[in-house]
Amino acid sequence: MLFQPAIIALLLAAGLAVLMLAGAAPFAVQVIRHWDIGSGSERQLALERRTYLFSTLLAFVLVAQLAALLLFVFNADRLAAMFVGAMCAVGTLNVNAWGFPSLLMQIAVFFLAAMWLALNHVDTLARDYPMVRVKYALLLLLLPVLAVNFWVELQYFLGLKANVITSCCGSLFSGEGKTIAAEASGMEPQPALVLFYAGLALAIGAALWHWRRASRLSGYATLVASAAGFVASIVGVLSFVSLYIYEHPHHHCPFCILKPEYDYQGYALYVPLFLATAAGLGAGAMQPFARIASLRAVLPRVSARLAGLAAAGYTVFAALATWFVLHSNLILIEH
Amino acid sequence: MRPWLEKQLHLIDFTLVSLARRKTKNVGLLLAYTLIVFVLASLSLFTHALRSEASYVLAGSPEVILQRMVAGRHDLIPAGYLERIGRIRGVQKKEGRLWGYYYDPVVNANYTFMARPASEVADGTIMVGSALARERGLAPGNTISFRSYAGKLFGFTVAAVLSPDSELLSADLVLLSESDFRRFFEYPEGHYTDIALSVANPQEVRTVAAKLSAALPDSRPILREEVLRTYQSLFDWREGIVLTVLAGAILAFAILAWEKASGLSAEERREIGILKAIGWETSDVIRMKVWEGLIISLTAFLLGGIAAYVQVFHFGAAVFAPVLKGWSVLYPRFTLVPAVDGLQIATLFFFTVVPYTAAVLVPIWRAAITDPDAVMRA
Repeated sequence: MLFQPAIIALLLAAGLAVLMLAGAAPFAVQVIRHWDIGSGSERQLALERRTYLFSTLLAFVLVAQLAALLLFVFNADRLAAMFVGAMCAVGTLNVNAWGFPSLLMQIAVFFLAAMWLALNHVDTLARDYPMVRVKYALLLLLLPVLAVNFWVELQYFLGLKANVITSCCGSLFSGEGKTIAAEASGMEPQPALVLFYAGLALAIGAALWHWRRASRLSGYATLVASAAGFVASIVGVLSFVSLYIYEHPHHHCPFCILKPEYDYQGYALYVPLFLATAAGLGAGAMQPFARIASLRAVLPRVSARLAGLAAAGYTVFAALATWFVLHSNLILIEH
Repeated sequence: MRPWLEKQLHLIDFTLVSLARRKTKNVGLLLAYTLIVFVLASLSLFTHALRSEASYVLAGSPEVILQRMVAGRHDLIPAGYLERIGRIRGVQKKEGRLWGYYYDPVVNANYTFMARPASEVADGTIMVGSALARERGLAPGNTISFRSYAGKLFGFTVAAVLSPDSELLSADLVLLSESDFRRFFEYPEGHYTDIALSVANPQEVRTVAAKLSAALPDSRPILREEVLRTYQSLFDWREGIVLTVLAGAILAFAILAWEKASGLSAEERREIGILKAIGWETSDVIRMKVWEGLIISLTAFLLGGIAAYVQVFHFGAAVFAPVLKGWSVLYPRFTLVPAVDGLQIATLFFFTVVPYTAAVLVPIWRAAITDPDAVMRA
């Protein structure tokens, strides 16, 4: 299945990311060992110049990874036609054991990349680059994650064997295609509804608090609340939002809402959700460095702005989800 | 937000003016970039159009086709098979089909002969596909004779030429009555070529197929969804192969972009030196260069994409058709239904903008770290 254009593109992006990060690794080690902003030595000057290159490079790689997540899901959805019993991305991801790990890795890479980019952004705003060491140490930690992501993705795509007619036998060949339970089982709608709105209210509240009054405490609260809000949102989508969109009491799939049959409503839901979560996590991730002298003025401003973005994203998501639910003809909960 | 936006606007403004100052260099790059986007976009638009064409065509075909196998080869369905299938729940209609191939030495092409009930095609008359009619110069009312495989000559009157709208399916088709068909090919009485079954519920198709192969172990059911899947993956595979072949071109383009970006003229170098001397930071220069790359990328993407769209849907994709369509003597003429797909565009973006950006990053950085004094002293 490797000769599928989107698969080639995904592997290209993942491979390029690993290569670039691996290329940056020796430099990262150098920075960690020799960085000294007070020194005027030749080595320090060279290091300072190179940080520009590697920051730009990594920003590019990580932004490409953000786009890759979208392409990955899009592609998984489209490939469903190739497999017996697969109706949407769930089926495609279930074709072999690597599918869901690959998606989860891609999501993890997305959020880690977003947090790193947030740190990087703050760091470049300060005069003395106080977080350079931390940044590059984190980069060294990010490298194995990206490598694993590439490897899992490769395993997944290599393991995809389309059920296509061979010349010798017709349907007997694909006859044992297992029917895939596309129903990711969700919670009961009522507790899920409570959890969903509570989680989102928490996330929006924490983000607003941090937006108005940027302190370390509210920053960490935003981090935790964003993570919780993300989980609550996904649970909510699984257990009732998707049901209302499909107007079907047993169809829990989080991917079918991405299909044209449902007017791509899923993208309208997921894009703000992922952006908000990334912004919230980014705002929280920079809090440990809030006490650094050169960041004291800049950092709260940036993290407050990120928190504002997070609050806006969650609000859009919640409003859209509520609107989909109210406009649906399905009745799940009777008053 | 405002100052940030304003800063970017001014940067873009500056970049556009500076791009315009070095017209020849940038136009050359833009042309090469547009060309590569054009080639790749034609490829993906065309395969996507073929894929959707295949699914439109197959939408009207029967859900299950049953063939009989003898020693692993396709054989005729003997008399009584239709009855042996009996009633299978979910099957709306089952019919034995009669069709075969006939080689016409006049045009060196194979025709598909297919029997229709006498109510549609009277004995002694035929209906022909439009590609065939074109090739043999036939019009309704003409007579044509075919020499059968047994050596006998059969004359037919052309009752009608099939509509060109269905040309993808009917290019080489000859429809004749069942009794004519049996006489022409000396087909044994009661035998059929294969059996077509219609199943209303798509979820029952696999069960029906399983029952069929249990009832008639010497047969093979072919499902429409399988044929569709085969077409999809066939076109994907062809696209992937062409893409792999074109990887060399993408690489060459990346090298060109690298060259163009790193070959800074003395004037450009001085410009960057002056910018830095008047207070621009390295990151500002990088940002300006990134904007430059983005402007070139998006312009090339848009131009190449539009050119590819026009090429594929208005000029019949002359560039890739021979590789992707396949060939035949009586090849149907068909116009593709314009279809653009988000996945295709996203993939295309990954194939062009990502390599370009990756290639120009290092040269951009090299340019940005230029020391003002080193430049101005030179």
